[in-house]
Amino acid sequence: MEPSHDHTNQSTTSLIATANRDHMNCDHLLHRLYAIQKQFHHIPKQSIPALADELKLPVSQIEAAIDFYSFFHRTARGRFDIMFSNCNSCGDMTMMQYLCDQLNVVPGETRSDGAVSISDASCIGMCDQGPALLINGCTITQLSNRRLGLIAAYIQDSVPLEEWPIEWFEVHDNVRKNGLLLSDPFEPGSGLLSAIKQGAETMLANIDQSGLRGRGGAGFSTGLKWKFCREAIGDAHYVICNADEGEPGTFKDRVLLSSHAHTVFEGMTICGYLIGAQKGYLYLRAEYRYLLPSLQAVLSRRHKAKLLGKDILEQKGFDFDIEIIVGAGAYICGEESALIESMEQKRGVPRVRPPFPVTCGYLGQPTVVNNVETLAAAAQIAVQGGDWFNAHGSDKSAGSKILSISGDCLTPGAYEYAFGVSIQRILDDCGAKDAQAIQVGGPSGTLISPDEFERTLGFEDLATGGSFMIFGKDRDLLKVIQNFAHFFAHESCGFCTPCRVGTTLLRNSLDKICNGKGTEYDMDEMRRMAALVKRRSHCGLGQTAPNPILDALERFPELFHERLVHSDFEPHFDLDAALEEARQLTKRDDAEAHL
Amino acid sequence: MSTITIDGREIPFKAGQTIMDAALEADIYIPHLCHRPGLKPHGSCKLCTVDVDGRSASSCTLPATAGQQISSNTTDLNEVRKTITQMLFVEGNHFCPSCEKTGDCTLQAVAYHLNMLDGHFPQFYPRREIDASHASIIIDRDRCILCALCVRASREVDGKNVFDIAGRGSDAKLIVNAPSGKLVDTDIDRDDLATHICPVGAIMIKEHGYEVPIGRRTFDLHSVAEPGIEPVILRKGKHTDE
Ligand SMILES: Cc1cc2nc3c(=O)[nH]c(=O)nc-3n(C[C@H](O)[C@H](O)[C@H](O)COP(=O)(O)O)c2cc1C
Ligand code: SF4
Ligand code: SF4
Ligand code: FES
Repeated sequence: MEPSHDHTNQSTTSLIATANRDHMNCDHLLHRLYAIQKQFHHIPKQSIPALADELKLPVSQIEAAIDFYSFFHRTARGRFDIMFSNCNSCGDMTMMQYLCDQLNVVPGETRSDGAVSISDASCIGMCDQGPALLINGCTITQLSNRRLGLIAAYIQDSVPLEEWPIEWFEVHDNVRKNGLLLSDPFEPGSGLLSAIKQGAETMLANIDQSGLRGRGGAGFSTGLKWKFCREAIGDAHYVICNADEGEPGTFKDRVLLSSHAHTVFEGMTICGYLIGAQKGYLYLRAEYRYLLPSLQAVLSRRHKAKLLGKDILEQKGFDFDIEIIVGAGAYICGEESALIESMEQKRGVPRVRPPFPVTCGYLGQPTVVNNVETLAAAAQIAVQGGDWFNAHGSDKSAGSKILSISGDCLTPGAYEYAFGVSIQRILDDCGAKDAQAIQVGGPSGTLISPDEFERTLGFEDLATGGSFMIFGKDRDLLKVIQNFAHFFAHESCGFCTPCRVGTTLLRNSLDKICNGKGTEYDMDEMRRMAALVKRRSHCGLGQTAPNPILDALERFPELFHERLVHSDFEPHFDLDAALEEARQLTKRDDAEAHL
Repeated sequence: MSTITIDGREIPFKAGQTIMDAALEADIYIPHLCHRPGLKPHGSCKLCTVDVDGRSASSCTLPATAGQQISSNTTDLNEVRKTITQMLFVEGNHFCPSCEKTGDCTLQAVAYHLNMLDGHFPQFYPRREIDASHASIIIDRDRCILCALCVRASREVDGKNVFDIAGRGSDAKLIVNAPSGKLVDTDIDRDDLATHICPVGAIMIKEHGYEVPIGRRTFDLHSVAEPGIEPVILRKGKHTDE
């Protein structure tokens, strides 16, 4: 990948996570479990009763959480524990197999000497600089077989991570196109000063007037959300910044957090000022743990500058503090009520709505949950005014959107556009020729075909939380869809029947078709199941999980038909596959052991 | 008094009631598995799915509001419910003919009600643990449908906290709140509501098998759609109908 380009403003964050305890609550269940796992390479069963005593939580609540989050393990992982992203953009399963072969590791298992374990993980947000992996929680990008060979050698020689080449752990911003938010040098404190000067009422009206809508996907009016929360009665109010960024192909929040953290934290503080909150939380996905030290440093600087803490900017009674909570591998925790459950040290299961977080959120109190980009935009609006923001974009979609562009193009990276931009324009800018399809908004969004490239970005046409994955003509598109189906089945929280069972059934149907065993009957079944899961699931995950399948069936039906066997029915049951366990037990794999 | 309309029938509701509450009070049956009056609504099984002004909703959790137009007993919705019931069947391991709960099982009764004749989908055949540690109560997770009725009954009615649901996705499972994970190490009691509330045969009383003959069991004598059936389901096995 080419690291430089016309619009590039490079900044890199590198580090091997050496986070301290600042601005974090060490007694949070997720943080305690992380610490225990760091020590023992898993969560030993014996450690749980003591932890339950210590945290005053039921044993079952801890047990339930351990099994919920992908990054916690019941059996010992290797001293080097590696997770390859399995994302269409930042993953490469052949590379995982390559490293497994080099190190004599079976995927998903720990080598018998306890030195190394290798498995896969959902998108780790490095789609502009993949293939990528996490090793003991640290991110390594731009993998090649050569680099993997060196990694294998370091592991064989037990070289501690701290002594590995530091540049391997660099994460580049790859900002290719600046816009309203990314180009503006933000002066820390300027937004707060302006908000205080205007007063809460006027500032709130300004946010409303700006037309700012949530950047996390759902697009709810930010002004309205803050107003509802401000008016809601409670013992305390909370601001939460949703930095879970789990939608495959999305990494723009990573860029904001690494290079515009002041703006994001200032947006949270302004929100706190407007809704009367004294506490804010940044819920950071575990895949971005490497960002912790820099985020903590920014928070400390803000404290020193009186932009956080007591009597902010000498305003008597304006107290606000921010704490960071790090997740543990669960896409569903990006859903705001699941995120709140996770903050409350539980499994991340979406709540029943109503009530909504604005009236009954964290600890049952009125809570604003906003995306990273929404909060950064709010801080800029505080300085520049609502009209400035509203002057950009399209009718129904004010302002700009930062896209995470990845896949088959010359210059993947972060691009900021005013809403209303056409898909074709974006493709031209990032050097994508011969695209056969674009996944706009990630797997939960929309898959479009070339005859739709004149469509535009915006809430009125193609909405997106930021993911923009390009699939060139040489891609096996059905495999892409299959990857998404696996993603949703893996990430379903398991609460409601349609999604828990349905995403697995969809995955199985697609596997069957991809394996050349599917029939028209399976297609009909898949269509029917997709419709049910979409319409009857409890939350946004299930309601969008069938989108890639439905979109592909509509736009690229030939992908499926090419693979069908022309009979009315083929059993799901695969006799040869069923013998696999017997083959393993008898250590046979010869022709006679197959049907 | 405010009203909502279910399948063309206008029924009253009180402030704070859900659609399910109002329906049950008006003797309208909306199929349900994870709901029991008196426990906090959960909204997970989705059997009680209805269309409210054209939008899909769980009737057990959605508050009734004046003027809602609700469809429930329609061919389409019953087809959806049948499919969801089939999904619950294939996800677990259900051997109805040899299950002690047969005839008293609400899952089975709902399946009959919806005219479900087969599991339709390929079986998942999960491997799940049995817990026979307790002297008088057994957990057979093969049949658990993750409705969390036992979880809520224990917390909300029994004043204990014996159960929880752990894990994620299709690996979600019922767990027991004890360091050993075994029922014998909890304060559960034979007479607790949590012991009796399981709609399927996942939590059962030991050493009382087949006392009521098949043919005389709850749903041999009653339909699951019968008004006021809930207490009868709970009394199962006590020969109340003889
Ligand atoms: C499955 C699922 C995952 C989500 N993941 C994220 C996420 O990673 N980041 C985010 O900001 N919003 C995510 N959302 C949307 C949030 O629920 C919520 O709408 C958003 O954080 C509100 O902030 P906004 O109004 O600023 O967009 C997700 C929603 C669902 C259903
Ligand atoms: S739709 Fe999926 S993720 Fe959402 S509550 Fe249901 S099972 Fe959980
Ligand atoms: S054991 Fe029974 S009551 Fe408890 S969750 Fe499973 S099916 Fe529901
Ligand atoms: S009864 Fe309403 S969702 Fe289960």
